[in-house]
Amino acid sequence: MSRLIDVQDLRVSYHSAGRVTEAVRGVSFHLDPGETLAIVGESGSGKTTIASALLGLLPATARIDGGVLKVTDHDISHASERSKQQLRGRVVGLVPQDPMVSLNPTLSIGKQIAESLVLRHGKRYPGLDADVLELLEQVGLDNPALRAAQYPHELSGGMRQRVLIAIALAGEPRLIIADEPTSALDVTVQKRILDHLEQLVKARGIALVIITHDLGVAADRADRVLVMRQGELVESGVASKVLSAPGHSYTRDLLAAAPAFGETPRPVSVSTLGAQPLLEFEGVGKRFQLPHGQHFQALQDLSLEVYPGQTLAIVGESGSGKSTSLRIALGLEQPSSGRVRFAGQDIGGLSWKAFRPLRQRMQLVQQNPFAALDPKFSIYQSVVEPLVSFGRLKGRELEQAARRLMEQVQLPASYLDRLPRELSGGQRQRVAIARALALKPDLLLLDEPVSALDVSVQAQILDLLRELQAELGVAYVLVSHDLAVVASLAHQVVVLKQGQVVEQGEAGRVLEQPQASYTRELLEAVPGRRLAVA
Amino acid sequence: MGAYSITYFILYLLPGDPLSIMLSASGMEIDALSPEQLAKAKAYYGLDQGLLERYVNLLLGVLQGDLGQSLTLNRPVTAILAERLPQTLALAGFAIVLSLIGGVGLAYLAAYVRWQPLKTALSRLPALGFSVPVFWMGLLLIQIFAFGLGWFPATGSTGFDSLVLPAVTLAIPSAAVYAQVLQRGFQDVWREPYIVTAYAKGLSRAQVQARHGLRNAALPLLTLIGLQVGNTVSGAVLVETIFARNGVGRLVQEAVLRQDIPLVLAVVTVSAAAFVLVNLLVDLLYPILDPRITHAPKVS
Amino acid sequence: MTVLQRLIPVAGEASQWRPRRRLQRLLDQAGPLLRRPGFVVALVLVLFTLAAALWPGLFTQVDPYATQPSAKLLPPSAAHWFGTDELGRDLYTRVLYGARLSVEAALLAVGLALVSGLGLGIVSGFIGGRVDALIMRLVDVLLALPGLLLALAIVTAIGFGTIPVAIAVGVGIIPGFARTTRAEVLRIKTLPYVEAARLGGASWGRTLLRHVLPNAWGPVAVLATLDIGAAILATAGLSFLGFGAAPPAAEWGTLIANGRHFLITAPWVSLLPGLFLVLVVFSLNHIARTFEEIQR
Repeated sequence: MSRLIDVQDLRVSYHSAGRVTEAVRGVSFHLDPGETLAIVGESGSGKTTIASALLGLLPATARIDGGVLKVTDHDISHASERSKQQLRGRVVGLVPQDPMVSLNPTLSIGKQIAESLVLRHGKRYPGLDADVLELLEQVGLDNPALRAAQYPHELSGGMRQRVLIAIALAGEPRLIIADEPTSALDVTVQKRILDHLEQLVKARGIALVIITHDLGVAADRADRVLVMRQGELVESGVASKVLSAPGHSYTRDLLAAAPAFGETPRPVSVSTLGAQPLLEFEGVGKRFQLPHGQHFQALQDLSLEVYPGQTLAIVGESGSGKSTSLRIALGLEQPSSGRVRFAGQDIGGLSWKAFRPLRQRMQLVQQNPFAALDPKFSIYQSVVEPLVSFGRLKGRELEQAARRLMEQVQLPASYLDRLPRELSGGQRQRVAIARALALKPDLLLLDEPVSALDVSVQAQILDLLRELQAELGVAYVLVSHDLAVVASLAHQVVVLKQGQVVEQGEAGRVLEQPQASYTRELLEAVPGRRLAVA
Repeated sequence: MGAYSITYFILYLLPGDPLSIMLSASGMEIDALSPEQLAKAKAYYGLDQGLLERYVNLLLGVLQGDLGQSLTLNRPVTAILAERLPQTLALAGFAIVLSLIGGVGLAYLAAYVRWQPLKTALSRLPALGFSVPVFWMGLLLIQIFAFGLGWFPATGSTGFDSLVLPAVTLAIPSAAVYAQVLQRGFQDVWREPYIVTAYAKGLSRAQVQARHGLRNAALPLLTLIGLQVGNTVSGAVLVETIFARNGVGRLVQEAVLRQDIPLVLAVVTVSAAAFVLVNLLVDLLYPILDPRITHAPKVS
Repeated sequence: MTVLQRLIPVAGEASQWRPRRRLQRLLDQAGPLLRRPGFVVALVLVLFTLAAALWPGLFTQVDPYATQPSAKLLPPSAAHWFGTDELGRDLYTRVLYGARLSVEAALLAVGLALVSGLGLGIVSGFIGGRVDALIMRLVDVLLALPGLLLALAIVTAIGFGTIPVAIAVGVGIIPGFARTTRAEVLRIKTLPYVEAARLGGASWGRTLLRHVLPNAWGPVAVLATLDIGAAILATAGLSFLGFGAAPPAAEWGTLIANGRHFLITAPWVSLLPGLFLVLVVFSLNHIARTFEEIQR
């Protein structure tokens, strides 16, 4: 039986500015026709490099140092550009990572699909337009004739990903590489698209390589799994076997960190009997004025109470109004209706100046740790900035406070001297948390605090947040799309959909016995359920 | 209109005594005139009116196509312009075409070539192009092609032959700017994920560049073409002086030397109008090249 | 107290820590730059020109105005590196002395544009609303006036000479600075770390000075370097047209203009000073581009 892909002892390194980084170090695997393989790893594991190598699209800075890379018996590790081009599209197709930027913005959808068809069937073949429409229909887009005439910016992310799948299918390849195909999309959309892709591929007998950071995705869809770390193959084998009885400690760590598998640590319950709510929303709504006299209802009739030492999570997909509610709590937006109270004080219509004293008791941790720190500030300057702004401390006391804060977020004090770019994502998020804690606030607002981080780092940050809450008694409002993150932190949960409250209540009840169908849909979309249930 | 206003205020407000400048421009000495004559002169130039009143009058004149009277040539400014403008339009038009061909061609080549030394050389060329002063480049070209090789006449404004050297001179800085911006456009586009998508379809490098690269890389160029009109007019002043061509550029140089205020004002106004016109055209062209502009729904 | 216990070994390290060393960081950044040969050559040439502008006597012993009828229009040689002009004056010396006027004019022009453009851009980007609309309309109008023509209009109004020319050129490049600054300020204003600083209680003034300006500075500095080159070209252009310094003092543009009368017999009189000018401007462009590349 001839193999579709046969990789033996592949080694790839990147060379830039005299520095050499070994991205892939002696990896071997193979793939048979019709098989589905998942390559799992965190950032820097080399999984994307392997995908590029299979397509013959390694960047100019990359070099294949050794090994064999056979695609349908052609070794392409040192093949000419022309012969690699022959393989692309016809033998190996790609479903890229981020659908928002992976379509040419200045060409219509129809033309971009037709381009692939023409490459496959030659310039003058009669059924071109009909085939474009048929493909669009097959990948699950309504009104194909309209879609073909539209441009990428007129389609949503999910629709664009379907178009990209159509482009890959148009070349009638024997293998499709899906590089983190849905990580940029909402969970429910993610599930639908992956289901659809799986079905299309199975029906045509196309082999599939899924590159992912998410063990859940791998578990649900793949026949076999490769686990990679820092360019090396850690473990490989049949999916169910690797995930139920991992042989390597790293796989075990990954599994423990992946929320769907590990016995997720639950938050310590806090008694709220007789306590005054710290933050209170009462029928809060927000509508935005749009041009042409239209308006957009971002949030409707949201009521919630956050008690000291407790975590309230607001869950929803993009466009659910979860960020808007956070901005209202912070006083960055004024509510259009309803009342917002902080520690008993109405903060609905407060000016920036009147709000300022309250900021010492309410701080924000932002979503993207890579943009949350001023690149020109040393960590020390960033961490103590709120203290300086409020004129709380000076000189040696300030330095001491900085050291204390670094201890709290478990970073060495020597890091105070570094610049943000010298830190990893997880370390930067710790710095951002330290900055938010500097004023010793009663309430921290966490805006998707871990969504930009690797899974294992996510788990560490969540642990830290839990410990800090237990130690300092600070209350959290957590905004997240990820139910697993919510489960590990929240006491109370509010589920939002398009500005409306779908379900609300104790975290344990909402997550284990969801009443609303939308909550159930969200829960089912969490990857890895198939294995967890089995 | 705004341009006219600003230039007006620069020309009439900044100098201490516009009257003396104007009189000396007409060949009279201010000290030699009697008070009555002075008053008469003042009335003649409209300087007895208040600053704003005169401004409104002049502006009304402009709207009716009357740009006033030249002080030194004693003819209506409109007539002088009508006589000189075709020369300059031919020069500028030819230069713009040349610069686009040169600039786009160079950048396209630089993006396509993969032999590193040649690529580096090609990508450094634009920087050299706009480091060279227009007038010096003109002299160099005259030295080589007119005196050295004798292919083209060195000066004059008759026939197509005499247009070549000035137009090339004028085109070089603009071409360098286009090439530079387009090269950067290609660099940015080359990093876009949709280029990977295009390669993954099985397209060759040349096809990817032509179908997916060029149009996206050229978007910033369009705005620039509009902005470069101003530079082309500036360059025309120098080029027409060097090549002794009877165009608007040389006219304005002479006008400034003689401090002929109405004439300077008129030329600046006309070129600003041309600038606005070209930029309007560019704005109209934009949606054809970039579908996002027309279709974008205004929701944020 | 689990968190604290875990960190006891780290606490020992903490006592050694002291706030940062700015100079060290600067040197770390300069190191790789100095390993680029092109950059070093450009930098040396620009520094040489600056030095020549400040102390021309250091590099030549000849009097720039000393005429020598017997040695007129000599080609370049060991005695006269750039040859001599129609009055027998040493061209190399005249180029060096010309550097003073030209560099002075360029720096004055860019300084003027930098201060007013930066001011307009910051006000426009930071305050926004109607102020922004008004300033941007003004800048658009200025942009619609071709640079050289605007400069010519200003020169007509305030007279000829090095300083008027410099002011005229400076006014012409204000719009570029205003736009770049505004765009940068607008971009940085929406970044998460600015929001974080504001929520951390920082005033607008502090946010502007400590966060927005330092981060907006990069592209503006690149533009300033580029514009010194552009200003040298523009002032040379104006003095070429005859609006610059009065003879016998000579800017680079005047030197080139003088030489064109002898283009057939003695091309170097015009072309060599021009070549020097080209090299200086090219070096400035190269430096600006290198800075831009490392910022990316």
